[in-house]
Amino acid sequence: MTGTLAALGAGLAVIGAGIGLGQIGGKAVEAIARQPEAAGDIRGAMILMAAFMEGAALIAILLAFFIK
Amino acid sequence: MRRLFSFILFSMISVFMLAQGHDHDHGDGHNHDHAHDHESHAGHDHDNGETHAGHDGDHHHANYLISNPNTDCGASVSVDQNHEYDPTATAIHHISDANVYTILDAVRIPLPAILYSKDRGVEFFSTGKFEAGHHDNGAKSYNGYVLFEGNIHKLACSDKFVDGTTAVDGFGRVEVAGADGKSVERRYAVIGGKGFLLEQKTIWDGGILGGGVTSFMDLSPTKSVVSMLIVCLILFFAFRAAAKAYTKNEGQAPSGIQSFLEPVFQFIRDDVAIPFIGEKKYEKYLPLLMTIFFFILGLNLWGQIPFLGSVNVSGSLTVTMILAVLVFLITNFSGNKNYWGHIFNFPGVPWFVKLILTPVEVLGLFIKPLTLMLRLAGNITAGHIAILSFVGLIFIFGNSGTNMAGATTGTILAIPLTIFMMSIELIVAFVQAFVFTILTASYIGAATEEHH
Repeated sequence: MTGTLAALGAGLAVIGAGIGLGQIGGKAVEAIARQPEAAGDIRGAMILMAAFMEGAALIAILLAFFIK
Repeated sequence: MRRLFSFILFSMISVFMLAQGHDHDHGDGHNHDHAHDHESHAGHDHDNGETHAGHDGDHHHANYLISNPNTDCGASVSVDQNHEYDPTATAIHHISDANVYTILDAVRIPLPAILYSKDRGVEFFSTGKFEAGHHDNGAKSYNGYVLFEGNIHKLACSDKFVDGTTAVDGFGRVEVAGADGKSVERRYAVIGGKGFLLEQKTIWDGGILGGGVTSFMDLSPTKSVVSMLIVCLILFFAFRAAAKAYTKNEGQAPSGIQSFLEPVFQFIRDDVAIPFIGEKKYEKYLPLLMTIFFFILGLNLWGQIPFLGSVNVSGSLTVTMILAVLVFLITNFSGNKNYWGHIFNFPGVPWFVKLILTPVEVLGLFIKPLTLMLRLAGNITAGHIAILSFVGLIFIFGNSGTNMAGATTGTILAIPLTIFMMSIELIVAFVQAFVFTILTASYIGAATEEHH
């Protein structure tokens, strides 16, 4: 039973990460469309933010993996 | 277009061959005769220093059922006639480190084993002595050690087998209820028709991560270590060639490897180092950032090459932990007064906010390298597992190798999925190396920032 709960937790973390990634990607594309000359800076910031968010999701997944 | 077609054709053939290999293993060919097979082979002399190529058939091991799992030495066993394909165990086995370097389940390059135990001191021998077969299971035990799924394990009653090699019939695993109610897996090596308990694979963490404490330490250079050395050599020669090219064709357009390395180098310098660390100080940290980037990229790509051992070095927590610890030390040793001030005594906020802010900042100090470590290892391991799961579809559809039509359907399904996943992983290899570098640069930049 605990295994199933851990899997559920990992799934929830991925949902959160998915929403976050969608927000970051969507807004970044919007920003690039508005200001194409700043595309480089926006892309860098986007990848950095995505990495931070991914880190949070990965901690959740690994906790789910280890706590059986 | 023709190249793409031949690549697809090649992968189809290869995946099919893989399926055939497993077919052989999980089919109905297993019976007690295998045990006799091994005894008759025990007399053969094998050259241990050399590569063992394709022992087809005769080194395939039977899977055993353990009848009395509370006995450590000499448990009674029976052959598992309908052993099923276990996707989880297979995936874990393929992403784990090993004491032999296996290429396409055919060529096994033995690596040196350096083992230390308190009672026996240092032991040094080649893992070729185990005569590893399918799934990197050793057909022989050596001085009380056996090779199980690529890793050296010690037999629980190893004092019975101290002298030289003994033939191993096969391996078996059984789940028993542990002391705290959780199920514990006990693994057995079957020697002479009796089961002998295997100790856990050795880990240096003292049992913190649940691996258990073993009576010996494995200091051997494993598959991952060898891959790291190979990648370092490749990088060394690539950069030496590029450096030579700069003196040779000065003032001319770059040529050869130089034209690949130069834009990447410039990209890291102009888009990562200078914006994050600043014009004045970036040169001091540029070598570190470049080393981190190319080392991670090299290892990621080396692990992506199909059939070449598919090592999971940058997906191993140990490797990424060392990288993260290095970044942690370098960041904090180059931290200036301003940086520490922002952590322990945040300027311009009232004292009661500081009570909350300071612990959070101190915590953040350690979370930063922790996420660096987890992100890289998690991403690369996840990619490997995804590819293995798609390949595993063949055996799930093929009903562990008994249903040929199902296996064919699975193969047709698995190939496009695997190729798709591998292309994604190629992007991930670059992105993760880049992300690790950009985060390192931003941490160093925050630590060395002057007061504004």
